[in-house]
Amino acid sequence: MSNSVLFKSSIAKKYFMALTGLFLCTFLVGHLLGNLQLIFKTGEEGRRAFNEYAYFMGHNVFIKVLSYVTYIALIIHAVDGIMLTIQNKKARPVKYAYNNPKANSGTASRNMAILGTLILVFLATHMANFWWKAKITEEIPLHSLVKTVDYPVGQNPATGEMITKPIEVTHYLNTNGTYQQFKVKDPSTGQEQKLFDIKNKHEFYDITSGVKIGEGYKDLHTVVMTFFDKNNSSALFGVLFYVISMIVLGYHLWHGFASAFQSLGLNHPLYTPIIKKIGMAFSIVVPFLFAIIPVIIYMNH
Amino acid sequence: MASKFINITLKIWRQKNSNAKGALETYSLNDVSTDSSFLEMLDQLNEQLINEKQSPITFDHDCREGICGMCSLYINGRAHGPDSGNTTCQLHMRKFKDGDTIYVEPWRSRAFPIIKDLMVDRSAFDRIQQAGGFVSVNTSGRTMDANAIPIAKADADKAFQAAACIGCGACVASCKNGSAMLFVGAKVSQYALLPQGKIEATDRVLNMVRQMDEEGFGNCTNTGACEIECPKGISIENIARMNREFLKGALTKS
Repeated sequence: MSNSVLFKSSIAKKYFMALTGLFLCTFLVGHLLGNLQLIFKTGEEGRRAFNEYAYFMGHNVFIKVLSYVTYIALIIHAVDGIMLTIQNKKARPVKYAYNNPKANSGTASRNMAILGTLILVFLATHMANFWWKAKITEEIPLHSLVKTVDYPVGQNPATGEMITKPIEVTHYLNTNGTYQQFKVKDPSTGQEQKLFDIKNKHEFYDITSGVKIGEGYKDLHTVVMTFFDKNNSSALFGVLFYVISMIVLGYHLWHGFASAFQSLGLNHPLYTPIIKKIGMAFSIVVPFLFAIIPVIIYMNH
Repeated sequence: MASKFINITLKIWRQKNSNAKGALETYSLNDVSTDSSFLEMLDQLNEQLINEKQSPITFDHDCREGICGMCSLYINGRAHGPDSGNTTCQLHMRKFKDGDTIYVEPWRSRAFPIIKDLMVDRSAFDRIQQAGGFVSVNTSGRTMDANAIPIAKADADKAFQAAACIGCGACVASCKNGSAMLFVGAKVSQYALLPQGKIEATDRVLNMVRQMDEEGFGNCTNTGACEIECPKGISIENIARMNREFLKGALTKS
């Protein structure tokens, strides 16, 4: 094949590194915008907004396709990076006894492989904590809310007035947008009564007819809030690990963003200084915003 | 400025031949004039070694005025020593202080095997040049005058800047990946910018990059070390141009 150079040559490997890297930058922006909902709205409103967003991300066809493209881009970026690093190590079998690389290059630019590996470690834990639960084991509870409702228990025969009694009712948020009454608990007798069945962990079925009446939202919001909750003994470690990982990501982007344009051949006296400035801003702002989210959650609890 | 004399300690890589195992040897050298160049200092050391009936240190040198590209040497952790924009022959001992210890090593690259001591075999660069670093011209006696073709000033300047490369190999030596992309980028650019070079542009870039990879050089990670250490100040803009030319070439080659 005449175009096999597009896969084999050292320059082509750099194209793939650059293209996947820039694509992953757009993924970061998307992910960040989603995460920011965790701090911009509070209470039940915030919880609902985030879980609805998570549901949308998990069910929209376009997003699904995009998520597979992201997995593939990540794998190519990592594998290509490992292949390049091995070749680069081979190119200098005997190291210098005395070397002064600080004199001619930035720290981030010389440590992209190490920074990338650290990010991969972070990604593995990050996915185990959130993605694995959400997508694979579905351990995540449904979005539920216990409300105390005045329940009619009878009618006053003398006045004809309804007699009510405060009763705890567990509601599940239905994907049709309503809070559906699920379990009714009489606080005086402690008796519980289920109003519908849940199958496949999130589908609601009518008890008598067996007809599907809706679907619940997974409560990813609570999973995140509990993970970074001060009362949770591992939360401090979780927050610190997250913040440090974002600093590592920042360093990786500090070199990676502008470098990708150079690899693709985009170097121009007019635009390169602008690209470099955007890269610096991107590498500071994006990891910073990611990092403050768990910090704010930790402090607010 | 009055000349001074300094005493220095040198740690120099000695290696009998390409297969031998090398090591850093320590030498003391007294009364080195600060006006002497780094290579003259090595000459002085070799004289001392010969007088002591020891084998002199082998190192590359030729014009000693910064244009031939023969001198090399990785001095105190940097290609061509502590300054930027100079070759080793243009480095003077006034850059060092009395009592300094100076490390001198050969270029370290799989593609530049050591011949002896500080001398490395840079014929990998020649083979890259032979793979495409030329323009084919009919020399039957009716050769066209190159200057008859108008060239935009900006392009001519850029081509000339790229052509300033002397092929010394400092880019490979200072690159953490041992990559030759600044050299190849300069050689590709110098022709790609000129009308005479455009005819063979596709084959040139593909062949030169293929040869570069075959020689065992590393990949570019855009650290920018090469352009800082290049004695001729060749910009990594030339690497970007090569990357563009390569993509164009790889996509359009039939």
